[in-house]
Amino acid sequence: MKILVCITNVPDTTSKIQFTDNNTKFDTTGVQFIIGPYDDYALARAVELRDQTGGKLTVLNVGLAESDPTLRKALAIGADEAIRVNAEPKDSFFVASQIAHYAKEGAFDLILMGRESIDFNGGMVHGMVGEILGMPSFSPVMKLDLEGSTVKMAREIEGGKEMLEANLPLIAGCQEPIAEWKIPNMRGIMSARTKPLNVVEAVSEETQAEATQYQLPPAKGAVKLIDKDNVGELVKLLKNEAKVL
Amino acid sequence: MAILVYIEHAGGKVKKTSLEAVSFANALAAKTNEGEVVAVALGAIGDDELASVGSAGAAKVLHASDDRLSAGVIQAHASAVAQAFEKVGAKTVVLAKSSLGDAVAARLAIKIKAGLVSNVVELPDTSSGYQVKRSIYTGKAFAMTAVETENKILAIKKNAVDLKTDGAPASVESFEVSLADSDFASKITSTEQATGEILLPEADIVVSGGRGMKGPENWGMIEDLAKTLGAATGCSKPVSDIGWRPHHEHVGQTGVKVAPTLYVAIGISGAIQHLAGVNSSKYIVVINKDPEAPFFKAADYGIVGDAFEVVPKLNEALKAEL
Repeated sequence: MKILVCITNVPDTTSKIQFTDNNTKFDTTGVQFIIGPYDDYALARAVELRDQTGGKLTVLNVGLAESDPTLRKALAIGADEAIRVNAEPKDSFFVASQIAHYAKEGAFDLILMGRESIDFNGGMVHGMVGEILGMPSFSPVMKLDLEGSTVKMAREIEGGKEMLEANLPLIAGCQEPIAEWKIPNMRGIMSARTKPLNVVEAVSEETQAEATQYQLPPAKGAVKLIDKDNVGELVKLLKNEAKVL
Repeated sequence: MAILVYIEHAGGKVKKTSLEAVSFANALAAKTNEGEVVAVALGAIGDDELASVGSAGAAKVLHASDDRLSAGVIQAHASAVAQAFEKVGAKTVVLAKSSLGDAVAARLAIKIKAGLVSNVVELPDTSSGYQVKRSIYTGKAFAMTAVETENKILAIKKNAVDLKTDGAPASVESFEVSLADSDFASKITSTEQATGEILLPEADIVVSGGRGMKGPENWGMIEDLAKTLGAATGCSKPVSDIGWRPHHEHVGQTGVKVAPTLYVAIGISGAIQHLAGVNSSKYIVVINKDPEAPFFKAADYGIVGDAFEVVPKLNEALKAEL
């Protein structure tokens, strides 16, 4: 079984979001980059499935050299090899085109990634890759089990979930609680240093919807505190000031 | 020429978020002279209900009533919407962000070679090119996005536009789609969905509880308050992690992102990951006994006090008022 996990290299969830160069670039000053949290769930489940079925687990990122530590971490968590498509991830279509090209060449049985990246939150790449490859795609998947070549999944829907069955090969955008995040152990970290990390060039340059300018939301005003023995005041404010009742 | 809107329905009713998408398309069509708004609905739903989509600004609804489309099979829906797109000669598709909508939009983008923008928060700026404002970094920032393709798909975020309610009933036209077996490569074997409740991602008011509630047995007062307000209930990540509440109620960075007009947080400290899921709310009320809780910095109104004391009193005061 050949599994491909696509990961993003994104700012830690606690990062302060700021922009530079006249609001055209993300300001990386003091920001720590991590494996996207949703991608981390996908990777954890992929490691379990690889251990269960044997085979090979490849991790892929579309990004520049600053993604390498994140790919090494994925290797430490348990991936067998890493690929970096050496290009800035310009938009969903661009990233999906790179992944689809590589996935086709590699003839993977199962392609997993996070439901969305936590920087641009598009949640579109898995579906686009699926359509390009003519493979079914599912997201957000919160449970994924293999029974032979049948994949049993649970997909989150508004207010609940739906249970699904499909055959390999397929693509899933993952989220919790598909697996528990795995923390690399010392052996994993040591072995990650010698596992292959191959850099390949982008196959196409086409983009469709690129971000050109960034903005921060207006600063929030100070909180109005209401005495706990005067909850009627809150009701008045909600009704007359906020007008939300 | 027309703008096509993919609308979703549940329990025989068109979703409110889909009506927002129709309203958005109506305002967009007026701005870009793209003609009328045509909605496409898939699967079993009453034609009277579909005609009511006119109130939000649709002139026509194409209804593919093929029962195989009643379940949200992603590939089949994407194929059907692509056929509707061809039929009406649209250049733009508008839809509401949702679990199914996102999945369909991504596949549709490849089928119709469209630039796709998700989390759209306002009408595009067409003064130079086609610039779309979308929410990024889980609500912590916005990006202006230049769409370079002739065909476009906009997946809109809740509250991106005011709901239009004064349009005339739409004409409903039945619409034959041709679907291949490969469109049904997956099978939905069962669905578990909370019924009769207000769905969290679509709710105008959300009442959430955190670890300060001390245990699942105390959720009665959260539910009572939610009932009074006509609100959906949510929770923080620790609460769903320890199983006090189901996962689909988890609000935050890796859970549901909500954008209600009012968010009431009870016994939630306000970790940055939780705030990422609520920062698109119009107004935030925080009730917490710890005056140092970081949530107060993100709140519009706050009460420092014990939830077990404050919440029942607030519920009574609201009942008297509403």
